[in-house]
Amino acid sequence: MTTYIDVAAALSAKFSQAVLRASRDHPAFNVPAGQALAVLRWLRDEAGFEILRDVTAIDWGLERSPRFMVVWHLYSPAAHRYVRVAADCASDAEPQMPSATELWPGANWHERETYDMFGIVFSGHPELKRILMWEGYPYFPLRKEFPLAGLPAELPDPEVAAETKEKVQAAPMAGGPFVATPGETMSGAEPRARDEAWSESSQKPT
Amino acid sequence: MATANLEYAYDSKIEGDIVVTQLDAAINWVRCHSMWPMPMGTACCAIEFMGVAASRFDLARFGAEVTKFSPRQSDCMIVSGTVTYKMATVVRRIYDQMAAPKWVIAMGACASSGGMYRSYAVLQGVDRILPVDVYISGCPPRPEAVLDGFEKLQRKVKREHSLSNLLKPS
Repeated sequence: MTTYIDVAAALSAKFSQAVLRASRDHPAFNVPAGQALAVLRWLRDEAGFEILRDVTAIDWGLERSPRFMVVWHLYSPAAHRYVRVAADCASDAEPQMPSATELWPGANWHERETYDMFGIVFSGHPELKRILMWEGYPYFPLRKEFPLAGLPAELPDPEVAAETKEKVQAAPMAGGPFVATPGETMSGAEPRARDEAWSESSQKPT
Repeated sequence: MATANLEYAYDSKIEGDIVVTQLDAAINWVRCHSMWPMPMGTACCAIEFMGVAASRFDLARFGAEVTKFSPRQSDCMIVSGTVTYKMATVVRRIYDQMAAPKWVIAMGACASSGGMYRSYAVLQGVDRILPVDVYISGCPPRPEAVLDGFEKLQRKVKREHSLSNLLKPS
């Protein structure tokens, strides 16, 4: 049975470029993008992490480079252990990452979602297109430069857009009740109250 | 000897079968008591709508017993749930497939105003793409509220000038 210590040591021994990553729960590694698939394959075949639980990404913000990081979560049904693998995307403008669909068919939709939300292109993916937003949507909503309230765009269907004269509109929270930090009054605690206290009638403060 | 003039006397067989009314009232009476809903269920309000249609609250009591999942055979679209922009065009196309006369009920906060979803992905109220007749508040609305909204729609239909609308070129 593979244990926590075994995985960390064995992976470091096998892949010298894999660095142990700060983690509060499960063992986690930073690997170079070029080695990511090899590490994942080794974890699946040799270490018993047979199940791909999630593929997602992190946008560290416009100031930081490398900006985008893809994260895989693997699970070992024999050891009941998780392991987390993260890899930086080389390019900040056009982030790319090899697709894990050849290792796990289940990576297909996860990668499509990651592409949809972050714009990270998974090379080798059989059908990389948007999965939540519609084809032709111009933005990647989970990127840091995308405002919480959204951005105006065209409706998916041009015929319906022409008939209804409706567009995708930004929807600022206008002091909604759903986000608060402990220890502050509700109205002042909301991030939205600070940076997006604007509504349809009053303009966004610049 | 004079006999009773049976020909001009009150004939219960004739008089009893005549109801004097206006054509508008007759048409509206028919329409509002056989309004078949098209449940445009997109989220959790649709679950509540099942409760409205089921035996405890029983929407059938108001003539809406046939919940038609085909837009061709329904009169009243009940938009129950969050409508995303991706789904909005579908909702609009289904509305376009319904035969006139047709009405729309926006059931719940999401359908009425986008609800708590102030988001890049959610249509902020279905009235942006459809002509809504009745809005029902609630998240989700109680079945009583939906029944009340449906009765409001019936009262609204009873006030329509159906005959002139029928003759009006579309």
